[in-house]
Amino acid sequence: MAEEAVLGYLEENEEISDSGKFSEEKGISHDEIVNVIKSLNGFRLVDAQDIKRERWGLTKEGEMYAEAGSPEAQLFLAIPPEGITREELQKKLDPSIFKIGCQQAIKNKWIEMGKSQVSRKVQHVDDRVRDLLVQIQNGEAVNAEDVDALKKRKLITPLIWKGYSVKKGPKYAPKRKKVATDLTRENLLRGDWRELEFKEYNFLAKGQPTEGGCLHPLLKVRRQMQMIFLQMGFEEMPTNNFIESSFWNFDALFQPQQHPARDSHDTFFLKEPSTTKMLPEDYVERVKGVHESGGYGSRGYGYEWKREEANKNLLRTHTTAVSTRMLYALAQDFAPKKYYSIDRVFRNEAVDRTHLAEFHQIEGLICDRGLTLGHLIGVLEDFFSRLGMSKLKFKPAYNPYTEPSMEIFSYHEGLRKWVEIGNSGMFRPEMLLPMGLPEDVQVIAWGLSLERPTMILYGIDNIRDLFGHKVDLGLIKRNPLCRLGL
Amino acid sequence: MPTVSVGRDRLFQAIGREYTQEEFEDLCFQFGIELDDVTTEKAIIRKEKHLEEENPSEDEEWIYKIEVPANRYDLLCLEGLAQALRIFNGVDPIPTYSVANISKESMHKMHVKPETSKIRPYVVCAILKGVSFDEVRYNSFIDLQDRLHQNICRRRTLVAIGTHDLDTLEGPFTYEALTPSEINFVPLKQTKSFRADELMEFYKSDLKLKKFLHIIEDSPVYPVIYDRNRTVLSLPPIINGAHSAITLKTNNVFIECTATDLTKAKIVLNTMVTMFSVYCERKFEVEPVEVTYADGKSFIYPDLSLYQMVVPLSYISSMVGVSLPANTVASLLNKMQLHAEHSVSDDKQTSFIVSVPPTRSDILHPCDVAEDVAIAFGYNEIPKAKLASLKPQSLNQLCELIRMEIAMVGYSEVLTWILCSYKENFTMLNRKDDKATAAINGNPRSADFEVVRTSLMPGILKTIGHNKDHPKPIKIFEVGDVVLLDDTKDVGASNRRHLASLYCGATSGFELIHGLVDRIMEVVGTSFVSPGDETGYYIQSSDEPEFLPGRQASIIYKGKQIGTFGIVHPQVLDNFDIPDPCSYVEINIENFL
Repeated sequence: MAEEAVLGYLEENEEISDSGKFSEEKGISHDEIVNVIKSLNGFRLVDAQDIKRERWGLTKEGEMYAEAGSPEAQLFLAIPPEGITREELQKKLDPSIFKIGCQQAIKNKWIEMGKSQVSRKVQHVDDRVRDLLVQIQNGEAVNAEDVDALKKRKLITPLIWKGYSVKKGPKYAPKRKKVATDLTRENLLRGDWRELEFKEYNFLAKGQPTEGGCLHPLLKVRRQMQMIFLQMGFEEMPTNNFIESSFWNFDALFQPQQHPARDSHDTFFLKEPSTTKMLPEDYVERVKGVHESGGYGSRGYGYEWKREEANKNLLRTHTTAVSTRMLYALAQDFAPKKYYSIDRVFRNEAVDRTHLAEFHQIEGLICDRGLTLGHLIGVLEDFFSRLGMSKLKFKPAYNPYTEPSMEIFSYHEGLRKWVEIGNSGMFRPEMLLPMGLPEDVQVIAWGLSLERPTMILYGIDNIRDLFGHKVDLGLIKRNPLCRLGL
Repeated sequence: MPTVSVGRDRLFQAIGREYTQEEFEDLCFQFGIELDDVTTEKAIIRKEKHLEEENPSEDEEWIYKIEVPANRYDLLCLEGLAQALRIFNGVDPIPTYSVANISKESMHKMHVKPETSKIRPYVVCAILKGVSFDEVRYNSFIDLQDRLHQNICRRRTLVAIGTHDLDTLEGPFTYEALTPSEINFVPLKQTKSFRADELMEFYKSDLKLKKFLHIIEDSPVYPVIYDRNRTVLSLPPIINGAHSAITLKTNNVFIECTATDLTKAKIVLNTMVTMFSVYCERKFEVEPVEVTYADGKSFIYPDLSLYQMVVPLSYISSMVGVSLPANTVASLLNKMQLHAEHSVSDDKQTSFIVSVPPTRSDILHPCDVAEDVAIAFGYNEIPKAKLASLKPQSLNQLCELIRMEIAMVGYSEVLTWILCSYKENFTMLNRKDDKATAAINGNPRSADFEVVRTSLMPGILKTIGHNKDHPKPIKIFEVGDVVLLDDTKDVGASNRRHLASLYCGATSGFELIHGLVDRIMEVVGTSFVSPGDETGYYIQSSDEPEFLPGRQASIIYKGKQIGTFGIVHPQVLDNFDIPDPCSYVEINIENFL
């Protein structure tokens, strides 16, 4: 109704000069008129100019007095002509009315305040304050002196009245087309979609965010790594055994018992269960022998090997402990195999931006006759090129259970330098032959962490943002597909 | 991996040539060591004191920090590094170390008392005669002991080294184990005499030494070495006596290594004497010491004999994967300090007798020899051998990943027909056939099979039309191929992999489909950019007949339009008998490869 009134009036007339007066004339509330003007202005059907007027309004206190009379008048009326004791009078009135009433009535010389008695000084008073408040409430003019007095008593406050003057806008029409934000079933049913005019859509902003779950980036990378291994013909090893004996974790790998990795600084040894109960005894004897005095063509380490050290339980420091068990099992009835695993390993290390006490190791190995370093290099180039790293070079390195050993470096285009991406080698005869594998069987193997390529891939520089409870949930939701191996 | 700090200029001088940093890094990489850091003495001090970085001045000496393999104790000092690299470069021959030929009578002697077996049972000794020290050599000598203590000696638990000025002492020496209160001497760097138990207490506040005290602290007897005048040489593994301290002027050095592991003690002793016999009057010659145990058994140290290992050529080739002639292999081994003599057996098998010098305690097995051949040949020169493996179709793998992501935000997958009717592909979508788009079937059995779809839209809309009773909203998607005419192809047409998704509800869900577009772009790793920017994607309003005007847009990805989304035109909805508003997106996802 208000919209029709405004648009209709402007069809006949040049201007609505004052929205306040217009609302009075039309008998429509000013708020309603203002809302319509704002909306029409937004769609440029009209041009609206602000009008501001200041006037006085009553405060809460002022409103109370306009209703019930000023405190001084209330106090005066509460005093009977014969006077009253102070206590009695106080009982009759609200404390604030009493307090303000006393001050004002004394100032007006309306009453006499004795030591105990209060009495009227005049017979009759006019409640001028109330009259003025009522006048202001009705929008009537009041002289400036009175306004000042009321303002001082905080009974009135300035009110800013806002309205508009309105003219036709550039898109003026006597009747506005319906503006829609969306197409609804009703529009289709009624067939009124042809008349719909849509509010302009902001394509510079994004749409409504989707709702749904997301997978962890590290595990997305793991999934792709698994795909790569499967495509390369590798079979997964069972790695769901975090607790391992030192024997399978170190000794069987020809890692001497004084090796620094076996320090408690680097490895978590278990208090409970502290020792392993069972080891394959004949194999243990062969391992002891190869450590102490060699054999199988080796000089050995020449130290006294201790069973107690081998029995100590620990949290596996590498998944190679599992590979060792798998190779030992394979030695009992040899067949060529390609194995892989991706699982958790533990190191007793200080946690920082690039190190955690647990991380994921990726491991691949091939066990077959006639394997050479050339095969290892070939398989590494195949594997890493699938991860998008086709420029590799290899550096001689030391590792107690592989010989030859090679550190794998890849040229990082972003960092413009060679970065180490993994380790590899051929397992030592001192590791393989005591297991009972045939002499002409070689095992080529490589390992890397799952975290490092993931961090490079997703541009994460703090490992704790990626893995563990300090993870940034936003990062899990925002991160893109893992396209490794595509 | 241990790190060795050496002065760059001295190292180059010892190697006998200058390198640029890059050249030197390459050399390290080939040899299997790594230039870890380049710094200066002042920079190290500044770092320790947490001072501001300053640019080092020209005259400061550059220090190379070099990481060496943990089993190469001979590379723990400048002397060993330089020698190994000179030999690797073919500048020097393999040195021959020898034990001075002196009679047993005139040999220095060390007598081991039986009590030592309770705490630290072994000792090995040797003498460097006529050593000429200067400050640099002297520091290197001390540093090598520190590094050996840290590494192979396992912080002195397995082996502890004591070095003495022989001319201040008088043999024979005794290695004993006594109760702490019986031992009194002036330790190194002190002026007053301490009783051993008091000394242990005294060192509890010594930052460097306190970490070694636990090795003997709780033992009733402490190991101690005396000369014939009861001068204390050392209280191993804690401290030497002040009396026999070596100085720059020391000429003859007595070295003793006490140990709980004899093999490692011998390696440590050999490393010390082989590295520093280069400064002896008689280069590479070491004077022996006879060590006699309580049971009368005696041994002469050091044992600098070569360890002989027979390694078949075929074994080396089978490990490295390269067939090399015998003399090539022999000269490669020479570069790694291994002398190799080859012989041919009756069955024409070539074998090497490899002589492992005392510096190469890391060579345990022929596989170590094979590795040295591979290193000297060059890891990066080895021809690669390919093993069988399979490659996936990238486009199909990408589709798998995208499909998962779309299902995960709540859209269900549909699988519709490639063939559709001509009307469905064109007029029902408000589209005109420009005769240059669609492959047309010549002999369709029914109208359903007239055209090979050019978009996924007909199949998706037919699915909605046939599921009117399904609770709303309906959210579905499909990833599949469409076929477009294509002159560049031999047959004149080619497939395109498209992704389509549709929302149908009481309202159109236009903003939801817009949000899905954002999510797809997020998972393919593309950022939202301003119009015109070709690094990401942006949206701009479009004018396609199948969509409602004002509520449709093109998706621009890296400057190229790859798809459109919008509210499906009510006329099109009506054509497919759909009573509810729908929003729809279709994207060519081959662009994401």
